[in-house]
Amino acid sequence: MLIYALKRLSIALLVAVTVSLLTFSMIYLSGDPAMALAGESATQADIENIRRVYGYDQPIIVQYFAWLGHALTGNLGHSHYLKSEVADVIFQRLPVTMTLGACALGFALTLSIPLGVLAAMRPNTLIDRFALTVAVIGQALPSFWFALIMIFFFGVALRWLPITGSGSWMNFIMPSVALGYYITPAVMRLTRAGMIEVLSSDYIRTARAKGLRPIVVLFKHALRNAIIPVVSLAAVQFGFMLGGSIVIETIFAINGLGQLAWESILRADLPMMQAIVLVLSCFYIVLTFLADLLNAFLDPRIRVS
Amino acid sequence: MSDRILEVENLTVDIPVGGGMLHAVQGISFHVDRGETLCIVGESGCGKSLTSLAVMDLLPKKAIRGADKLALAGEDMLGAGERRMSDIRGNTMGMIFQEPMTSLNPAYTIGNQMEEALKRHRNVSTREARDRAIYLLEKVGITAAESRLSQYPHQLSGGLRQRVMIAMTLMCGPNLIIADEPTTALDVTIQAQILLLLAELQREFEMGLILITHDLGVVARIADRVAVMYAGQIVEEGTADQVFNRPTHPYTQGLLDCIPIPGKTDRSKPLGSIPGIVPSLVGRFNACHFAERCTYGTAECTEGNIDMRDAAEDGHRYRCLLDPETCNKNAVREEVV
Amino acid sequence: MGDTVQKTDSVPVIADRTVDEPSPAERARKRMFGHFGFMFGAIVLLTIFAIAFLAPLISPHDPLDQQLARKLIPPVWHDSPKASWEFPLGTDQFGRDYLSRLIYGSQISLLIGFAAMLISGVIGTALGVAAGYFGGRVDMVVNFIITTRLSLPVVLVALAVVSLVGNSLWIVIWVLGLLIWDRFAVVMRSTTQQVRNLDYVAAAQAIGCSTPRIIFAEIMPNIVNNLIVVATIEMAHAIILEAALSFLGLGVQPPAPSWGLMIAEGKNHMLFDPWLVGIPGTALFILILSINLLGDGIRDVTAPENRN
Repeated sequence: MLIYALKRLSIALLVAVTVSLLTFSMIYLSGDPAMALAGESATQADIENIRRVYGYDQPIIVQYFAWLGHALTGNLGHSHYLKSEVADVIFQRLPVTMTLGACALGFALTLSIPLGVLAAMRPNTLIDRFALTVAVIGQALPSFWFALIMIFFFGVALRWLPITGSGSWMNFIMPSVALGYYITPAVMRLTRAGMIEVLSSDYIRTARAKGLRPIVVLFKHALRNAIIPVVSLAAVQFGFMLGGSIVIETIFAINGLGQLAWESILRADLPMMQAIVLVLSCFYIVLTFLADLLNAFLDPRIRVS
Repeated sequence: MSDRILEVENLTVDIPVGGGMLHAVQGISFHVDRGETLCIVGESGCGKSLTSLAVMDLLPKKAIRGADKLALAGEDMLGAGERRMSDIRGNTMGMIFQEPMTSLNPAYTIGNQMEEALKRHRNVSTREARDRAIYLLEKVGITAAESRLSQYPHQLSGGLRQRVMIAMTLMCGPNLIIADEPTTALDVTIQAQILLLLAELQREFEMGLILITHDLGVVARIADRVAVMYAGQIVEEGTADQVFNRPTHPYTQGLLDCIPIPGKTDRSKPLGSIPGIVPSLVGRFNACHFAERCTYGTAECTEGNIDMRDAAEDGHRYRCLLDPETCNKNAVREEVV
Repeated sequence: MGDTVQKTDSVPVIADRTVDEPSPAERARKRMFGHFGFMFGAIVLLTIFAIAFLAPLISPHDPLDQQLARKLIPPVWHDSPKASWEFPLGTDQFGRDYLSRLIYGSQISLLIGFAAMLISGVIGTALGVAAGYFGGRVDMVVNFIITTRLSLPVVLVALAVVSLVGNSLWIVIWVLGLLIWDRFAVVMRSTTQQVRNLDYVAAAQAIGCSTPRIIFAEIMPNIVNNLIVVATIEMAHAIILEAALSFLGLGVQPPAPSWGLMIAEGKNHMLFDPWLVGIPGTALFILILSINLLGDGIRDVTAPENRN
């Protein structure tokens, strides 16, 4: 298990480095980052000033390592527009996005896992077709449109829920549903497929032959094995959700990282953009690493060798 | 306490399939007494596994079971609901399956799985369950039993896992054990050990044992009584001695003829085989399922119903229109048993 | 040993069950036409393709024609004096005919979906097949590349890149294509691995076939099924992504009738004129639904055992 963990860790680190390279080079896509940063109405003097302040006049290699070095010590740069340290702003907004992501994940799992289990227990019956219909519809529904529909019905027409801001827990209901249902189909299908396979396995037959009660067979024996790949998938999807929250946050005016990313893109706040992509990517890398570990831990065949 | 542990009369299993109804088991009857080993023999697809699943009421959902009588130690199981059956399973009646590699849950320790088998049916503490598990693991010949409890199935070999399965089945002290091809997936050397183990345990715990197999060698070793199945029916039954040395059904004779005996079988002649293939069990079929492959078959064999009839000795029955000596006339085998 | 001579005149008395076995092609065709999802998806998708193709012929108005005098007319089914069959789906806040915009919007969605799918398909398949076929170092490198790509937040990176490079239709297509190839790579890799170990590949190698020949003649035909299924998934994915990008203003630019853009533009009028959001959204939903159903259907029809 330890060797497995170390292997995954080294790969994770390597990926992180590569991502940092990509993120760094991103700002050069516009040609001259100093010009992009300075904006359209800047003078040549302004541009040169920015170039010097941000170090864009240095050789690229130097720039990269300087940037990387700073990032590792927590200095993600300075935002020209917000007049504050990028790291501060990011970590101020991060909790909101994390909360949103967690709620969305919670919603998704609460909906999809029981549905997947029920569908697997009674394949090709009404509940199964219902579950698959939910999955098919969920995959075809663009999240931003779904969000707008919900706003229209629950926020405006019925006035049950608030439609903007992130003040109370009620603010998180619609955004969580809009963000979470997106991963529901994949998780539901995987749970269903895993359960169907597990339920027809030999050790389930043994469990029944021992006279164990159906609930025990279902949860202790079947789900315990079927859930393993679902855990990995859920972790990966959580990462996607964090990246995709930008759309939801802008619609519901939630003051999270996605909203921040959106603003910095509009303003061409390059250091901020870079930093956000880097932070989210690293978060995602950590998440998949932890998911790998959890996966291995849940399967005794890997954990105890 | 009755000596007759299992009584089965006219058991049928039908499975609806694409082309109609598959009559997998067609009205078979058998019984097992305390301390007795009944071997159900037959080739793949003859319905022997489904028979055992039918007795345990563990058939797949689509299958339809029917019987005139199905009683375990006198208690009727036909009318027993799922609740009662779940109380019986693993308790007074246990089952051992063919594939030890996949029959244990990979996510839990051996100890956990064994203890849960006992705790389900008895009000015991974990300590007591653990002790019983250790006791039984030692009984089945596993050394360092205590440390095995905290091991996972993947850490054990196939032979060890099967021993664990046997020990697990014994946790509640069942009256009857059904073993469905318990040694087929194991090495030949291990097979003998496991079989002897089963025989020993059966004697010690005074249980009834139904052993299902396609391996006649296995049968010869430990059977008290034998039932030969073919295409969903029992075609011959009797003591091991009767069935092996004085077979009365052409199928049994065919099976026995297929076994080469070192030193006795003529090496210049081709090995025996039964020509043809097993008939489909979907829809209608002949009265005698073996008719089209049978050396002695006549037109009569294809019509009507052929019931089991008595052969010359007590307890020896067969399902054939021929005289019981027909097969014996051609027997040139040495005594197998 | 007794005589093993059989009665030669014994005719096997088996019930007459001779059935005409249908050929594989016939069976596949039967499965296809009997599969509701497949048929629905195929028909709807073909219809949308036809609409996109025939847009100039069937569109009642010019989708870009702004006439403020006739702005915000509701669709025909609304109970309003302004509604008329001249503008069956109403008009938007600039007085443009919604039906025409919807029809031309299908061109954008289909074009982007298809093109991005092709680009990502080529990249992902090349990577995946290489990894699956050659294994070893190549596999390690490709896996690393895939993992790296998976670590990037797609929407964010797409937005950032488009904002920096500029947003034309083709930039959007290329950005999407360069970002969504991961599923192609993963699926093609595992499928190639499975096929690679089959006997006929070993046979081809044994008789000295060159590597490209093996890949194209032996491996590709067997992974085509999975390829098509993934292609449909990614086409739908690309369409949703473009809609999201356009919704945020960094995809296709106004006044183009991208459905995502139409939703964005209609968002502010949603309270009183909900159809501005409802209609393009429904169109997106139907398009993506049909692509997904088609993909599922293809998978079911060509390999029913993979259904679960």
